[in-house]
Amino acid sequence: MSEDQKPKGAIGRFLALPPDSVPKTIFIAVSVCLVASMIVSAAAVALRPTQAVNALKDKQINILQVAGIYDPNKDVLESFAAFEPQILELETGEFTDQFDIATFDDRDAADDPATSVALDDDPAGIGRQGKFVTVYLLRDDAGEIDKVILPLHGYGLWSTLYGFIALEENGNDIFGLQFYEHAETPGLGAEVDNPRWKALWNGKKLADETGELQISVTKAVPAAGADYHIDALAGATLTTVGVHNLVNFWMGETGYQPFLDNLKAGGI
Amino acid sequence: MAHKRREMLIDPLVDNNPITLQVLGICSALAVTSSLQVAFVMSIAVTFVTAFSSMFISMIRNQIPGSIRIIVQMVVIASLVILVDQMLKAFAFEISKTLSVFVGLIITNCIVMGRAEAFAMKNPPIDSFIDGVGNGLGYGLILMLVGVIRELFGSGSLFGVTILETVNNGGWYVPNGLLLLPPSAFFIIGLIIWAFRAWKPEQVEEREYKIQTVEAH
Repeated sequence: MSEDQKPKGAIGRFLALPPDSVPKTIFIAVSVCLVASMIVSAAAVALRPTQAVNALKDKQINILQVAGIYDPNKDVLESFAAFEPQILELETGEFTDQFDIATFDDRDAADDPATSVALDDDPAGIGRQGKFVTVYLLRDDAGEIDKVILPLHGYGLWSTLYGFIALEENGNDIFGLQFYEHAETPGLGAEVDNPRWKALWNGKKLADETGELQISVTKAVPAAGADYHIDALAGATLTTVGVHNLVNFWMGETGYQPFLDNLKAGGI
Repeated sequence: MAHKRREMLIDPLVDNNPITLQVLGICSALAVTSSLQVAFVMSIAVTFVTAFSSMFISMIRNQIPGSIRIIVQMVVIASLVILVDQMLKAFAFEISKTLSVFVGLIITNCIVMGRAEAFAMKNPPIDSFIDGVGNGLGYGLILMLVGVIRELFGSGSLFGVTILETVNNGGWYVPNGLLLLPPSAFFIIGLIIWAFRAWKPEQVEEREYKIQTVEAH
């Protein structure tokens, strides 16, 4: 501080200027911003690796939860070993060995023009869709598929919701749906995380006997019946519409339908 | 001096509590008190931000131009809040998911701004730091009080440990659902203010008007 009676040097003279002078105001504004932004960016960069580990662990916990086998007392990595991750080619509905499962990143792949397509008809509001996604299989003791966990995402009101849907081995019965990342309004759209609402998904069906996709997230029960209907979230119309669209999109023919057909035919 | 500093630390707990006397920071007190663990982390975060923002602002108080002082204070406070948010994401991920929105809102918490403007701009750094800690603790004290009531009677547990076995889990206690909703914090804070003012009548504000007694002619 410039309490000295005789300020020395350029900096000393500058600091002795009255605070309200124009150069001093600009100087203080710039230097405070500079120091603050350096501290903030240093913290963000230094803590990023730890945060990335946390985010991955959180994703794994969500996969465990949607499959209904999460045990808080057990180590996440250990429980997660129960899953068999596979990279699925959406168009053919078959697994592929083109990529290394350990380093494959769904979101990077969806951004890369070589492994993604721009969507013309885009009800989920995602812009580009990756041709390959990581899915997780859960097998029973006999080695038969018990559940499949499929990632899905789409735009709600404010944000893209990222989540997983767990389907039974017949590829039509829903076991559960859960979002692990979104920024919807707390108390309204963010109620997609409410356990009671998530529980509504359990036991619903995607398509009717004729194979037509009937699942809906709406206010009124549709003609297809309550088996295909999840009640909308009160006060969160746009989030609900977003969830409805993204589930229909990903379960449709540009999404997992080829895979689900293969699953039903027993080809997986 | 030592006596004065002790007062600065103790005073905001009851006698000059930021929530009950100054009625600041109510918004976050409603939002984060339905579980004690979250309320506890929030208290620490606010104490940290208030203390250090007051200290840093006090260090540069003679250089801050009056015309942009609020913005300079905001920059200091906002940087500290981002720092806290990043730390939580790295070391307490679960809690940061519940708190994320509210941690960001510490920036607009009136207590932080209030202490920076009313105290730190006129007092030396160490005093400002202690004042910040005191006010953060005063805020935390009320948060914890409200949190104990809401979590104990709303979900039958404290810090997530079951105290009253609820009916849903096969016990006897029927939880009071209202206590899990934000409005209940209003009632509880209101009752706490009432209790404080009954205990210390000097906290009661003077009426802004007096009822005139008119003599009969």
